[in-house]
Amino acid sequence: MALKHGLAAAVLALLGAGGLVAQEKRSGLDYMTPETRAMQEDDMSNPGMLFIAEGEGLWQAPAGAANIACSGCHGTAAQSMRGTATRYPAIEESTRRPIDLAGRINLCRQTQQKAQAFPAESPELLALTAYVAHQSRGMPIAPPADDRLTPYRKSGRDLFERRLGQLGLSCAACHEGHAGQRLGGSIIPQAHPTAYPLYRLEWQTLGSLQRRLRNCMTGMRAEPFAHGAPELIALEAYLMSRATGLPIETPGVRP
Amino acid sequence: MTRALINTPKQAQQGEVIEIRAMIAHVMETGHRRDAQGAAVPRNIIHRFQCLYDDVEIFAADFYPAMAANPFIAFSTVATTSGVLTFAWTDDQGTIQRATAEITVV
Repeated sequence: MALKHGLAAAVLALLGAGGLVAQEKRSGLDYMTPETRAMQEDDMSNPGMLFIAEGEGLWQAPAGAANIACSGCHGTAAQSMRGTATRYPAIEESTRRPIDLAGRINLCRQTQQKAQAFPAESPELLALTAYVAHQSRGMPIAPPADDRLTPYRKSGRDLFERRLGQLGLSCAACHEGHAGQRLGGSIIPQAHPTAYPLYRLEWQTLGSLQRRLRNCMTGMRAEPFAHGAPELIALEAYLMSRATGLPIETPGVRP
Repeated sequence: MTRALINTPKQAQQGEVIEIRAMIAHVMETGHRRDAQGAAVPRNIIHRFQCLYDDVEIFAADFYPAMAANPFIAFSTVATTSGVLTFAWTDDQGTIQRATAEITVV
């Protein structure tokens, strides 16, 4: 046993610091019970798949004054949207600011379909975002090497490490300082956003990463940033760059 | 529009025990919650699930407010003849959502 540990330590030491970090990165999926894992991994028992089916319907339904469907321009999502979710948040050229996948879909809806944007966290927006993200399932998160994103990732990182709220907690205090340990009865994951939008059993529905972040902020007794706030987009951009290399799981299931 | 996931074997041997799994999108509103204005949200749950095998009821269940949203149900039956399995979910608003699956028995 001691020999085994010694060997493992030697192997880890050989990998060096960079390799070690990549080795240690774990999706929240790894911390779940076998039952919840099984629920996510079987498409016939993953409730997120109900939303994927709805998203597929929305993808093909003409909408707005332009009366055009997503598929009217983008064709088959399995081809045109493959890998898309691995690259968001990305810089939106018209505003030169970062935008997340749900924001991009809403922008397309307004500018191309000439339709009203879906409200934040509406079932339609979640279904369509999940359907698009689902096309990248299994592909590694690959944030774009775009220098314009650097300041936003930096401010996201600052927010991640800043202590907020009445409890004086930061994201990093739990998700880096105590990842893998327990908060109450629940295991604290490393906070890699690999599976959004995901089905939380507690929510009994699909939710976005922004909902999760706002939820955590409420738990810290801080005032949550509004849906779509630049702070949340910056946090998303940082978290995705932090999760580089982990596979997309959408639609994930979490307890 | 019925949003349901039905998982049944496409083909089975005569007399084989087969597993049937069915999940449907439904809010399963308990009737115990209040909205942001403090008004009670009326109960709206699926209260009856039924499965017919060629028009013969082979499984049925009553649901109650403790059921989670998007209820999932799994049960087994014996494959007898090639035919159609019909699933029906009835909620408190009287809406009946249906789905079907075909099975070939050899």
